[in-house]
Amino acid sequence: MTLMTLFAIPRVSYRAWKVWYRNLFVFIRTWKVNFFPPFIEAFLYLSAIGLGIGTYVGSIDGIPYVNFIAPAILAISVMNSAFFECTYGSYVRMYYQKSFDAMIATPLSIEDVIAGELLWGATRSVMYVAIMLPVLAAFGVISLPASLLAIPLAFIGGLMFAAIGMCFTGITPGLETLNYPAYLFITPMTLFSGTFFPLALLPAVFGYIAVLFFPLTHLVAAMRMCTIPDFSPAILVHLSWMVAVTGVLCIVSINLMKRRLIV
Amino acid sequence: MPPVIIAEELKKTYGTTSAVDGIHFTVHKGEIFGFLGPNGAGKTTTMKLLTCVSPRTSGTLQVLGMDPDTEPAAIKARLGIVPQETNLDPDFTCHANLVTYAGYFDIPRDQAAKKADELLEFVQLQDKRDVAIDKLSGGMKRRLILARALVNSPDLLILDEPTIGLDPQARHLIWERLKLLQAQGNTVVLTTHYLDEAARLCDRLVIMDNGRILVLGSPADLVKEHVGDEIVEVEHSIEIVTCLEKTGIRFEIFGDTVQIVTTSARDVARTLFEHCQPKKMITRPATLEDVFLKLAGRTLKE
Ligand SMILES: Nc1ncnc2c1ncn2[C@@H]1O[C@H](COP(=O)(O)OP(=O)(O)OP(=O)(O)O)[C@@H](O)[C@H]1O
Ligand SMILES: [Mg+2]
Repeated sequence: MTLMTLFAIPRVSYRAWKVWYRNLFVFIRTWKVNFFPPFIEAFLYLSAIGLGIGTYVGSIDGIPYVNFIAPAILAISVMNSAFFECTYGSYVRMYYQKSFDAMIATPLSIEDVIAGELLWGATRSVMYVAIMLPVLAAFGVISLPASLLAIPLAFIGGLMFAAIGMCFTGITPGLETLNYPAYLFITPMTLFSGTFFPLALLPAVFGYIAVLFFPLTHLVAAMRMCTIPDFSPAILVHLSWMVAVTGVLCIVSINLMKRRLIV
Repeated sequence: MPPVIIAEELKKTYGTTSAVDGIHFTVHKGEIFGFLGPNGAGKTTTMKLLTCVSPRTSGTLQVLGMDPDTEPAAIKARLGIVPQETNLDPDFTCHANLVTYAGYFDIPRDQAAKKADELLEFVQLQDKRDVAIDKLSGGMKRRLILARALVNSPDLLILDEPTIGLDPQARHLIWERLKLLQAQGNTVVLTTHYLDEAARLCDRLVIMDNGRILVLGSPADLVKEHVGDEIVEVEHSIEIVTCLEKTGIRFEIFGDTVQIVTTSARDVARTLFEHCQPKKMITRPATLEDVFLKLAGRTLKE
């Protein structure tokens, strides 16, 4: 595959929404299973890290520790729901369920199918955040109404992590090898992206690595500005970084999947 | 009327494998057109080229007057496809499978729901309407896939081994349905390993091997041209072989049977009874199976 084909703009049609709708339909049918994890996760994080560890930490930069990590909880959920949906979820639909094969035998193209999967990954993130927000608000650890911006932010961040996940799905030899990006990329990113402590506490090189290579860093930073709220012009940098990376990776992931599936 | 499919010098290579190696054929409207051939002959690959899910390596191809390379969505909108590998959506019931699939063709939901019920009846699965896919037997899944291929009222059906794994009743049901669809003006392209099925259903067929078309014609013509009218089979023994050599009748040996192709089985049978005293003898009309075995060889390929 040449660089040209890797970065070629894919022709995606409105039919991508049909794939999105199919996934939504399945999701709604099993809504009970899907509704509780975000709910419970918010409780667990808040009580264990926030109230547990938070009691010792007190505050960071004048912000109560629970309030400091609340946006990180949201950002991590955005990352996990989109990433895992578009890695394990998409891989199962592609390889085991042969759903993509069935879809491309209809007017849908493979570009439509993958674009639909990416949109769905982002939608999962939005739903996750939408369910978590009331819990966090009830605990009084985020401020309203600025925190509602977390919802559009979840879509951008969700699409970004959906595309990242889909790139791995496009090149993974099997389901098991998806564990590598999960453990070697997602786990360190969860810990070292200014999530549970400020990056400034680490040697400067870690900060550079995080800013350059850990997309979560930008999502957490933007999210934190919304929930504290404490906006600064830096949010534009974070947003632009995410939009640019999302755009490129959506294109690349569609092309990688096309190469994988159209032989 | 222009042909429904025109393929010229059609080729598909996977790396160094020539799966389809320069084939020519034309399918006309209203025809049932079959592809036969041993495992790995290139039948499925050909179906994938026709259904626009795999791009051809070279050659020209027109399906419903359009080129799969440039107008795949417009072609696929008018196709009904049964893939070799069952790929029903396990997250849905039978009815929901059809409705969801219809959605991919932009068919409105209420219209799709009605059509889905009609089609479930068409393949006699109305009792399984709200049953999950993993609760169906293999043959029921196959029937549901045929129903799914019909949700968009296609002009051209492309069926890759539609009756694989079906019991005799279900196969007859599918044959009858395909004949009915043909009577309504549909064109059908299918692959099969069942030679009786091909002989019964197909107006014309090809036998493929190693990516090439060996012969093309109507089942009856192919039998007449490549084998003959009737076949007499007797057991294979030294006495029979020496006796046949003496009488001058031409024969061929396949394992434990000796075959004689003839235009008059009665005459051959009488000669054999009078001169050779066979222990077991049958006479039968020549079939497509004889053509197939003659052309594609009797030994299993790797
Ligand atoms: N995706 C692929 N990659 C590489 N080679 C392939 C691929 N698909 C098919 N082939 C090869 O192409 C040849 C033709 O395969 P094809 O599936 O078309 O055969 P077939 O006639 O449908 O056989 P069967 O009766 O077993 O279904 C085989 O040699 C097969 O190994
Ligand atoms: Mg096949």
